[in-house]
Amino acid sequence: MKLKIKAQAGSFESSDVLIMVEPLADGSGRRVELESIVMQQFGDDLLAQINKDLDVFEISDVRIIVNDKGALPPTISARLETALKRSAGIQSGTLN
Amino acid sequence: MESKKNTFKRRTMLYIPGNNPAMLQQGSVYGADGVLLDLEDAVALNQKDSARILVSHMLKYISYEACEVTVRVNHIDTPFGLDDLKQIVPLQPDAIRLPKVETLDEISRIIKLVEEIEDEHNLPHDKMNIHVMIETALGVQNVYDIAKYSPRIDAISIGGQDLAADMQLVKANDGVGIDYARKQIVMAAKACKIDVFDTVYVDVENEEGLREEAEYIKKLGFTGKAIINPRQIEIVNEVFTPTEQEIRKAVKIVKAFERNKKEGIGVFAVDGKMVDAPVVQRALRVLEMADIELADL
Repeated sequence: MKLKIKAQAGSFESSDVLIMVEPLADGSGRRVELESIVMQQFGDDLLAQINKDLDVFEISDVRIIVNDKGALPPTISARLETALKRSAGIQSGTLN
Repeated sequence: MESKKNTFKRRTMLYIPGNNPAMLQQGSVYGADGVLLDLEDAVALNQKDSARILVSHMLKYISYEACEVTVRVNHIDTPFGLDDLKQIVPLQPDAIRLPKVETLDEISRIIKLVEEIEDEHNLPHDKMNIHVMIETALGVQNVYDIAKYSPRIDAISIGGQDLAADMQLVKANDGVGIDYARKQIVMAAKACKIDVFDTVYVDVENEEGLREEAEYIKKLGFTGKAIINPRQIEIVNEVFTPTEQEIRKAVKIVKAFERNKKEGIGVFAVDGKMVDAPVVQRALRVLEMADIELADL
């Protein structure tokens, strides 16, 4: 997937996560900035999940800002997928 | 026509906004018989993509226990409907709910699409049920033809708010304007031997009004009611659950029926009232609603 623009998905509501993605130049690598209310307990798991999802979408060069309000794994994956698809401009069905 | 049986109780079906992770992950704890994960009216136009993706991840991850899981997709003629079907159908929730169905042509077109998606994923055509919503005057006029179109349609429901708008009703909450439609839709469902759900009760604060409406629609023949707030569940479940007195009476009738059957007697009296086959049928329905097996009597 080729990211094109800055995009975001999710919210600051409890059990949700706000994820912002920004495409970076080739070779820049992944820069994940993670903030979570459960950072101490699940910070490593969150980071691992985000990297795993990025692997699935074959994304190497991206800046991701994650503000987690206690989201479950499916919510993290869903919000990341939405933000990535919005960034890549392949998300159909939205008027945004 | 054989009755189409499902394994779920269907007194209450709770709408859960498809873009709300907190409610989606807790859907089964509120006590509703079913959850309706909503991609349609409960989702803002600019969040349709987000809700669709969130619901699809939740379906893979969350167990809704004994709750029937239905996903309401957007209408096929909106920019979102086809994407909803492509994403949700492969996940095979217990059912998908189709809003604003109006004609036979429309339902046949949608079911064809659903089955094409199932074929692409090597999925059977008989696992996921289809619920049809009737929400316009035209839909009400065509409801029987729509309901009988496919054996996959195992429930229909009335969408009262949209129907009232389509009928240009100014005051809709008293139910007067949609009363004919309610009865027409119930009759179509009964003719097709399928379940039928009533519309939501929007005045969440008015619990007495909700109870009155639930009692009324139960008398009309509805199977259950759509719910928009967890606090409405207990009231509607209570209305649609047989009372102890009703259960005792039903047990008495069924036991008397079994006794008389052995002696070849078809019509008899219980507590001074005539009992024949339709009365026994209603008593059996009471026991079914109370989860009482004949073998337990």
